[in-house]
Amino acid sequence: MKFDTSGLESHGQLVGASDGLFNGFPTAPSFEIPNTTDFDCFQKEAIQMVKPAKGTTTLAFIFKEGVMVAADSRASMGGYISSQSVKKIIEINPYMLGTMAGGAADCQFWHRNLGIKCRLHELANKRRISVTGASKLLANILYNYRGMGLSVGTMIAGWDETGPGLYYVDSEGGRLKGMRFSVGSGSPYAYGVLDNGYRYDMSVGEAAELARRSIYHATFRDGASGGVASVYYVGPDGWKKLSGDDVAELHYNYYPVQPSVVEQVMVET
Amino acid sequence: MARYDRAITVFSPDGHLFQVEYALEAVRKGNAAVGVRGTDTIVLGVEKKSTAKLQDSRSVRKIVNLDNHIALACAGLKADARVLINRARIECQSHRLTVEDPVTVEYITRYIAGLQQKYTQSGGVRPFGLSTLIVGFDPYTGIPSLYQTDPSGTFSAWKANATGRNSNSMREFLEKNYKETSGKETVKLAIRALLEVVESGGKNIEVAVMTKDHGLRQLDEAEIDAVVAEIEAEKAAAEAAKKGPPKET
Repeated sequence: MKFDTSGLESHGQLVGASDGLFNGFPTAPSFEIPNTTDFDCFQKEAIQMVKPAKGTTTLAFIFKEGVMVAADSRASMGGYISSQSVKKIIEINPYMLGTMAGGAADCQFWHRNLGIKCRLHELANKRRISVTGASKLLANILYNYRGMGLSVGTMIAGWDETGPGLYYVDSEGGRLKGMRFSVGSGSPYAYGVLDNGYRYDMSVGEAAELARRSIYHATFRDGASGGVASVYYVGPDGWKKLSGDDVAELHYNYYPVQPSVVEQVMVET
Repeated sequence: MARYDRAITVFSPDGHLFQVEYALEAVRKGNAAVGVRGTDTIVLGVEKKSTAKLQDSRSVRKIVNLDNHIALACAGLKADARVLINRARIECQSHRLTVEDPVTVEYITRYIAGLQQKYTQSGGVRPFGLSTLIVGFDPYTGIPSLYQTDPSGTFSAWKANATGRNSNSMREFLEKNYKETSGKETVKLAIRALLEVVESGGKNIEVAVMTKDHGLRQLDEAEIDAVVAEIEAEKAAAEAAKKGPPKET
C-alpha cells in the first residue's frame, strides 16, 4: 500500500523571514525518503549509533554572582579514548558560552552558526541579543533538523540585560530554562554532588570549587568522562576561564595518599 | 521619458524610478495624516473624509494597532495598506515567538520599509502606494518613537511629521510650532497641525493617542470637539491680544 507521508511534511517555523515576495513562511529543510524495507526502524539504528557519543559531563548553574559553566575534556569512541583534550565549552561571543555534548561536529558547527546569528542581530538592532533569544534561535534551527540525525545536547549560558541566563537546548528540539543543568553520560554523578552542595548565595570561588568537584566526581565514576575539568564564570562583563585542572591530579588533591602500614615480609625462620 | 515608466525595474537615464515617483503621487493624493512625538505621549491624526450616511464608520479605522505597543497610520492606497499591515502584524508576533521579546519600533519600521523596497526591485509587481507613520514605545527602555516610511522603501525617525494631502503645509506648521510637549499638549499640537488643512470639526478628523501604560486609545468625537474648541478659543484670544494693547502708541 502507498506510504502515508503526510506526517513527514513539516510546516516550517513561524520566523517571518520571507524567501520570496509572496511567501511569508520559509520551507524547512527536508530530504527524500530512503528506499528501505523497514522504514520505521532503520532510523532508530542510525540514532543508536550516534547516541553513545554523548559520553561527556558538562554542567552549568546560575548563582548570585552569575553563571558557572564546567565540563570535562574526554572524547571516546566506544571503549577507545580518542582524545583527552577536547574543548567542550564553546565561546559563542564574549558574553555567551555554549557547552558541547553529543556530536562534536554538530555542536561546534551550530554554535559557530549561532555566534554568527547573534552578531548579525547586534548589528541590525544595535543591541545585544538576549540569552533567551539566542537559545530560541538555536532551538528553532535544531527543531527543523529533528529526526535527521543531529546529536546536540547543549546549554547556552550568558549574561544579558535581564541578568544571568541559562537554557538547555537539544537536538530533539527541546528547550528548557533553568537554574541548574548537567548534560552527558556523567551527569547523574555530577548532579549528585551539585545538588548537594548548591546554594544560591555562593561566592565565585565557592561556586567554582563546587563545579570543579562535580566534574571530578563524574569523571571518577563515568568511563566516558575524563581529561581536564574546565571551569568558566559568566558575569556582567562577560565570561572568564577560571581553571582547567587535570582530573587525575584533582583526585590526589581531594584524596591525598595516606601513608599506610607497610606489610612485613614473612621471614622463614 | 514615457518609455521608462512602464516597468518598475527600469531606471530612466537621469536616474529616476518612475513607478516609485508615481506611487509617491498616489500618496500625495491620499488623506492627510500627521504624527507628533511627545515625551510620554505620541499622537496620530488622520483626516476623515465625510462618511456616507449608510456606512458604518467603525469599519473604516485609519489608525491601527500593529501590536500592543505599536500603532500605524498611513496615507495612500488603503487596499495596499491592508496587505502591509497584515504582514507587519504577523512579523510582530513572529518576532515575539523567536526571541521572546516584543519588537522595537525601529525593527518593525525596518521590516515594513524593507517590504516596500522589495516591491521596487522585482519584475511584474508595482510598489505599494502608501506612506506610513509608525509610532510606539520601545519595550524595556520605554522611549517613544515616530518613524515614516514611503513607497521607495526609505525610512527615518521624526519628532513630528505629516504625509498625504497638503503635507507640506502641515510640516511647515509643525516646523514653526514644534516644541517638546507631553500629554494633552501633544494632542493639541497634532490637531492644530491637522486643522491647518482640514475642515474644522470632530467628524472630519480621527485622532489616536498612544501612551506607554495604556497603549493606543482612539479619541471619540466629543473629545476631539472639546480639544478643537480649546484651540479655537486660544486662537481667538491670541487674535484679541494682538489687536488690544497696541492702541497705546
